[in-house]
Amino acid sequence: MTRTARLAALALAATTLAGCSLVGGGEQASSGHTVTLVTHDSWAVDKALWADFQKTSGITVKVSTNGDAGALTNKLVLTKANPIGDIAYGVDSTFASRALSGGVFAPYSSPDAGKGPQRYQIDDSHRLTAVDVGDVCLNVDTGWYAQHNLPAPSGYADLVDPRYKGQTVVEDPSTSSPGLAFLLGTVKQFGADKWPDFWTKLKANDVKVDAGWDEAYTQDFSGSSGKGPRPVVVSYASSPADEIGDDGKPRTKAVLNTCYRQVEYAGVLDGAKNPDDARKVLDFLISQKFQEQVPGSMYVYPSREGVALPDAWKTAAPLPDAPAQLPADQVDANREKWVQQCRTLLQG
Amino acid sequence: MALELQGLSVRYGSFAAVSDVDLSVADGEVVALLGPSGCGKSTLLRAVAGLERAAAGSIRWDGTDLAGVAVHRRDFGLVFQDGQLFPHRDVAANVAFGMRMHHVDKADRSARVDELLKLVGLEGYGERRVTELSGGEQQRVALARALAPKPRLLLLDEPLSALDRALREQLAVDLAALLRATGTTALVVTHDHDEAFTLADRVALMQAGRIRQVGPPDEVWRHPADDVVAGFLGCTTFVPARADRDLVTSSLGEIALPGSGNGTVLLGLRANALRTDPGGFVHGEVVQRLHRRDHARLLVQLSGDGVPSGPVEAVAPVAGAPEPGDAIRLALDADGIALTGLAV
Amino acid sequence: MSNAAPRLVLLLLALVPVGFLGLFFAWPVVSIVGIGLGGSGVTEVLTSGDTWRLVAFTLGQAAAATLVAVLMGMPLAYVMARCKLPGVGLVRTLILVPFVLPTVVVGLAFRSLLPDGGVLSIVLANAFFNVAVVARTVGGLWAHTDRRAEEAARSLGASRWRAFTSVVLPAIAPAVGSAAAVVFLFCATSFGVVLMLGGARYRTLETEIYLRTVDLFDLPGAAALSILQVVAVIAVLLVGAFARRRRETALKLRGRTETAKRPVGAEWIIVGAALLVVIALLVPIVGLITRSLTTMDGWRALAGTGDEGTLEVPAWQAASNSIRAATDATILAMLLGVTAAVVLSQLRRGRAVLGETLDLALMLPLGVSAVTVGFGYLVTLGDLPFDLRTSPLLVPFAQALVITPLIVRTVLPVLRAIDERLRQAAGTLGAGPFRVWREVDLALAWRSLIAAAGFGYVVALGEFGATSFLARPDAPTLPVAIARLISRPGELNNEMAYAACVVLMLVTVVAVVAIERLTPAVGEF
Repeated sequence: MTRTARLAALALAATTLAGCSLVGGGEQASSGHTVTLVTHDSWAVDKALWADFQKTSGITVKVSTNGDAGALTNKLVLTKANPIGDIAYGVDSTFASRALSGGVFAPYSSPDAGKGPQRYQIDDSHRLTAVDVGDVCLNVDTGWYAQHNLPAPSGYADLVDPRYKGQTVVEDPSTSSPGLAFLLGTVKQFGADKWPDFWTKLKANDVKVDAGWDEAYTQDFSGSSGKGPRPVVVSYASSPADEIGDDGKPRTKAVLNTCYRQVEYAGVLDGAKNPDDARKVLDFLISQKFQEQVPGSMYVYPSREGVALPDAWKTAAPLPDAPAQLPADQVDANREKWVQQCRTLLQG
Repeated sequence: MALELQGLSVRYGSFAAVSDVDLSVADGEVVALLGPSGCGKSTLLRAVAGLERAAAGSIRWDGTDLAGVAVHRRDFGLVFQDGQLFPHRDVAANVAFGMRMHHVDKADRSARVDELLKLVGLEGYGERRVTELSGGEQQRVALARALAPKPRLLLLDEPLSALDRALREQLAVDLAALLRATGTTALVVTHDHDEAFTLADRVALMQAGRIRQVGPPDEVWRHPADDVVAGFLGCTTFVPARADRDLVTSSLGEIALPGSGNGTVLLGLRANALRTDPGGFVHGEVVQRLHRRDHARLLVQLSGDGVPSGPVEAVAPVAGAPEPGDAIRLALDADGIALTGLAV
Repeated sequence: MSNAAPRLVLLLLALVPVGFLGLFFAWPVVSIVGIGLGGSGVTEVLTSGDTWRLVAFTLGQAAAATLVAVLMGMPLAYVMARCKLPGVGLVRTLILVPFVLPTVVVGLAFRSLLPDGGVLSIVLANAFFNVAVVARTVGGLWAHTDRRAEEAARSLGASRWRAFTSVVLPAIAPAVGSAAAVVFLFCATSFGVVLMLGGARYRTLETEIYLRTVDLFDLPGAAALSILQVVAVIAVLLVGAFARRRRETALKLRGRTETAKRPVGAEWIIVGAALLVVIALLVPIVGLITRSLTTMDGWRALAGTGDEGTLEVPAWQAASNSIRAATDATILAMLLGVTAAVVLSQLRRGRAVLGETLDLALMLPLGVSAVTVGFGYLVTLGDLPFDLRTSPLLVPFAQALVITPLIVRTVLPVLRAIDERLRQAAGTLGAGPFRVWREVDLALAWRSLIAAAGFGYVVALGEFGATSFLARPDAPTLPVAIARLISRPGELNNEMAYAACVVLMLVTVVAVVAIERLTPAVGEF
């Protein structure tokens, strides 16, 4: 290259740099009506609806995602004195007690709370409002079992049956929230002192433990895109709705008597800079319009009553009737102990 | 006096590299700092350039103290042993560098570059890359670069010692001529006395951070201040003697030495202080013989009263030089004798 | 005295990186560790056998991965340094691609290659990331060591192997040591790979700190482990610093062309080994490209936001975010890194301890868990006049922390290799301190500055750990978007993720090619 060419390249580079900087791009100036919504990584919303809400309400909502439900809760507790936002969504029933005892949320009773969300109330002072409900259940690949002339597993007991040896993949309860829900489901099923026996047998039956839902579901499970080797996976009651075959029938099914319920809550943060608008955002989260797109965007069931589910859900992902759930205070008191116990057991 | 050092000391931690040095360089004068490696001469030069802090004493130029004057404002040129040319610039740009720093305009710069390259014998080398030059050429460019901004003082730090012998002698002569021709005031650091005597109007001998003697080359050569200086200037053997009206008498015989005066003196003998001479005063036996270009060098064990006890050096003509084991006679030669501890 | 002014300037310059490091690294980390130490259970963690098994496993897997990376990197270094063969330039470029691939992608690739790999797959994946560091660091020095020393040894009757062990190895040992220290650091603190490939069975200090901080909210335990990690990291850095010091004093550069030759005889065996390494590195990469090309849907989808709006913004916008964040991070890191390198290069004489301390402090961010820093931000940055905790600017700040040490590593050896007397010559010719810097340091080092910037840019583009922690959903970078696409159900999301990976690789290759065209191989990477 000649010297001139080099200089030209440098000049070009400098111009390009100036154009592609975050500082250069800048944040759009925010009006007084700005609310920061703190949530977990699974947050998703219909974009048109979300834009429409911000336009009609005049509130600019900045969304900040913060890991999974556990990480979100921990961050909220850590920043209680100087909250990182105005409203939080995504603290679930597993972690709610920690947030409540940490004094993270301020009381607020939304006008629409009586239209369904109230059913999942866990706090008498109305600091948390239920937005959606999800059930963690075993999912089985029905096609695989038809091919292998085996009845698909129908409950916890089958997982430790030698016939189903090496067929199950679960998530690590210490790193994955469905994994934790599954663990809590077994605690509920077998009792606080007997569940380790079940897990010992599960391990002996060659269960695979993955760090996260992604690997377990998309890589090791035979019924999803990854076409993995294992036909049983811990996933959601709603997952089969995404595995509809070309014939319109689901390829997988949730084992409904293994479901553990997780309710996701929203709440206005104590010490929020803009609590008034935060309340309006919370109202919107349980409004008819928002609730209608909850299944489609976040794969969970609406907390509001009388919201129609997508067609695929009606056939493939009905809401389980009697999912298991442990009392929040019991979960809060024992969560770490159980998780540690389970990890030790799996590692040993 | 252009440059004047008074009581100058430079320390590295507790080590005194330069101690209490007084030295001056007159306008247009070339002074050589001569001494063995590690004697502090380079440190002294660097202190003058402003690259080392003085722990005590002063450095003045035309009476102005330079203590607060930064390196780049001193107007002193510096030439390093290995040139230190800017590798990313061609010869002309190296030479022009200082002028660019002094905002000399481009046309004048280029004229001066040509002038200097001619002066150092590298006419037409302007566009060469400095990495393509030989060692001697690099030193010439370094010299041209240092001279280009017309420094009021040129500092040369072992300017020729990285070169091979033949080139060194040639370049020393060229450099001496160039310094005279341009009337440059210069301070040269060297460990080589030939180089120092070729270049300098005056020689300052340094030893262990101190200046032992300053004087014109001839005076320093013939009358070293003491045996240490004499030792550095090539005297290997010392013999006490008595002088009587410029006639010196010692265990090695008598010899006329102008300027020796009267009294007790110390003779410093260089390799050529004793020559084979059938009528010589001193007797000895050849221990070893080495051939040089134009003479034979002998190592001789002397015999007689009060003669040096170890073998001494002597020279013989190449033709018919004695063999080891031969008994020979030697005579003194004034050319090889330095007079120290001069009687007053 | 005349030296007083530059010394003051130097001190002020040093304040820039030190201040940034203090505000965006030391303060948050010390705060969050302090909160943890205030709780109970610290001593139990430190005295527990499990903890020490964890330390042993962490260091063990890192040592194994470092060994593999060195063994794989050496033939490549040899070929890059000593062989005049077509395609060597391409190899130099290609081996950088693994270094910038998002961990989540590499994790997936290795899981499909070695479904039940366990420790083996962790070690191999960590080595895969770091072969480039070894090859380029060692190759850089090797290319500039004098070939005649080996030839002399051979002429004295040494076998090829003896010539290598007795002449070549001692000459390049400092670079090997320095590269190994950096690789060890990367491997000991690698997060995504261990989490993904280790499952519930294999944990390292890094994943355990994450777990305890994020999932278990066991801050005392996390603090105890963080302290162990920092101690281990400092120990490794000291070893590396020692190796580097030997190297930089010994640096006697020769041009590459003088030492590169067409290989003869048994040298072809090494070329063959290098080829095998390249192929091994390419397997996961080619796998990714083929997967992305099985259908064009993923490519078409890049303009959109994925299945059911998985992403807040279209993938192309994530790419633009990546480019912008990496640009800011690079500018910031250049400011910090070059300032630090200038200060460090000037501090050599008599102030070695101070210099080494600053050097070490700059490397520390590589050895402290991103989650520790991230949680530290939460408890500290809210106290600043501008609450940066939810600002998009935090991403380039965190990326700058990661790439600044790499920039220092690249620029410092070059600045230190500049003979001080060259600066003095410029000074006596009338150049003031700043002019000297411009005319000598900058003029000689600008290529390595650009190389450092380009390399830092590429690393910032691929940075995942800290970025995923800090990026806002409406401003994801490409690696964060890829991870999100993979973590959500839907065939299209997967296809898009693979297409986006290929885009990321292409950007990397283009950036690296641009750097290579401009710059000779001096400096460490």
